Amino acid sequence: MSSASRSRVPTPPFREVLDSSDIARALTRIAHEILERNKGSAGVILLGIPTRGVPLATRIAAVMAGVEGVEIATGSLDITMYRDDLRLHPARALEPTDIPTGGIDDATVVLVDDVLFSGRTIRAALDALNDVGRPAAVQLAVLVDRGHRQLPIRADFVGKNLPTSLSETVQVRLREYDDKDAVMISISDASGSR
Amino acid sequence: MKHHLLSSADLTREDALLVLDTAAELLSLSDRPIKKLPTLRGRTVVNLFFEDSTRTRISFEAAAKRLSADVINFSAKGSSVSKGESLKDTALTLEAMGADAVVIRHSASGAPHRLANSGWVRSSVVNAGDGTHEHPTQALLDAFTMRRHLGDLDGRRVTIVGDVLHSRVARSNALLLSTLGADVTLVAPPTLLPVGVDTWPVQTSYELDSALDKCDAVMMLRVQAERMDAAFFPSAREYSRRYGLDDRRFRRLQEHAIVMHPGPMNRGMEISADVADSARSVIVEQVTNGVAVRMAVLYLLLGGADLSRTDPPDFDPTKAEVVS
Repeated sequence: MSSASRSRVPTPPFREVLDSSDIARALTRIAHEILERNKGSAGVILLGIPTRGVPLATRIAAVMAGVEGVEIATGSLDITMYRDDLRLHPARALEPTDIPTGGIDDATVVLVDDVLFSGRTIRAALDALNDVGRPAAVQLAVLVDRGHRQLPIRADFVGKNLPTSLSETVQVRLREYDDKDAVMISISDASGSR
Repeated sequence: MKHHLLSSADLTREDALLVLDTAAELLSLSDRPIKKLPTLRGRTVVNLFFEDSTRTRISFEAAAKRLSADVINFSAKGSSVSKGESLKDTALTLEAMGADAVVIRHSASGAPHRLANSGWVRSSVVNAGDGTHEHPTQALLDAFTMRRHLGDLDGRRVTIVGDVLHSRVARSNALLLSTLGADVTLVAPPTLLPVGVDTWPVQTSYELDSALDKCDAVMMLRVQAERMDAAFFPSAREYSRRYGLDDRRFRRLQEHAIVMHPGPMNRGMEISADVADSARSVIVEQVTNGVAVRMAVLYLLLGGADLSRTDPPDFDPTKAEVVS
């Protein structure tokens, strides 16, 4: 789940699965797929899930804007208050929720996250979305799908399918928060929290 | 954060900023069509009010309900509640009902402390005002309101004027604001400053005009006639003349300075009606912000795992952090 990744430093051994240009190509492809699926950008809103889903949404929107020549509405959707594991951890700080002006009613909302794992984050995001408005459709774009779903949820747009074992940790680093763009896979110290 | 919120001194700078930042995110909820979050579903919050209150009780009730908690209102008004035994019996009843948090207001200073540290209840205790001691959530919402208008409070000058002696708001604000780095000046007649105010992290003055020129926020306190058992000043007129915020003094304030009042106001006494209704008065906004701040407090106390059970036996939540 995305919020676990902010402070974690990869413990060696780890290896880089995607580098900066791989990520850029994947996001460009996702942007084109979103446009193709929705027959253009009309009524499409990209909502990133903090923390790293937000810059991913911004980058995808920039590519879409370049192709279509119009501004793409983006925002962020914090799911902390909707998590099903709140009582397993100390209370977490909230991340910003920023819904584009005009709201999401009757729009096509594309949720954007870095890693799709158990599906619980997306379940929480769907609940959160429900309290914000009633979109015409909800789609899901992720940079990495690492498998091990615990809920019947799948992504519409996937940057990279990454088969993993539960003992591994997948970490997405983005230059908005980290030193560089990269997707890392490593042996985790605890048993697979993401 | 600790298991209870009894005093502003319980809050470290990090704790206080966490509450204020959380409240800032929660404030946007009031613009949404569905002003509710599922976070505290199945948790019970008891409002235990031994003393009259309108805005604080309603504010806590709204905050708990917006987080989907179950709310039980207990008003002890009219009952012959004496301290000690009967507070204990009430507490045992609440514990038997399975309250997760108790929001308590009591006319006796220290009642929330007694409730939290007596071993009667396992729930989190939130002090909603005890006697003339503390009112930490009021201080948090005041700091929140100031931050929205003034930005970071480090080095900001705040002047608190009036009945400091009887004011739990003044004490909680003085502690919290100095934790956040603000310079606090208390202005009151000598009779209305408490004994020991020299140990507070504040400056004091008997004269209002000189304290107004450089301040960024001025907070007027209500003259609490109901707590006054003696004559603390010669007449209401003289008090108003020397310590009231009227038009003349209002014009001395800096352009960006804001006017605050914890309410309820005595218009014409500590604050003139024109000043209270002016554009730089944030008194109504304070009430709005109160709900968001109390949501943040309830979320941070109840929303996560309860780590207090692992505390060592000599854990004392009221042991104050050193406030510089």
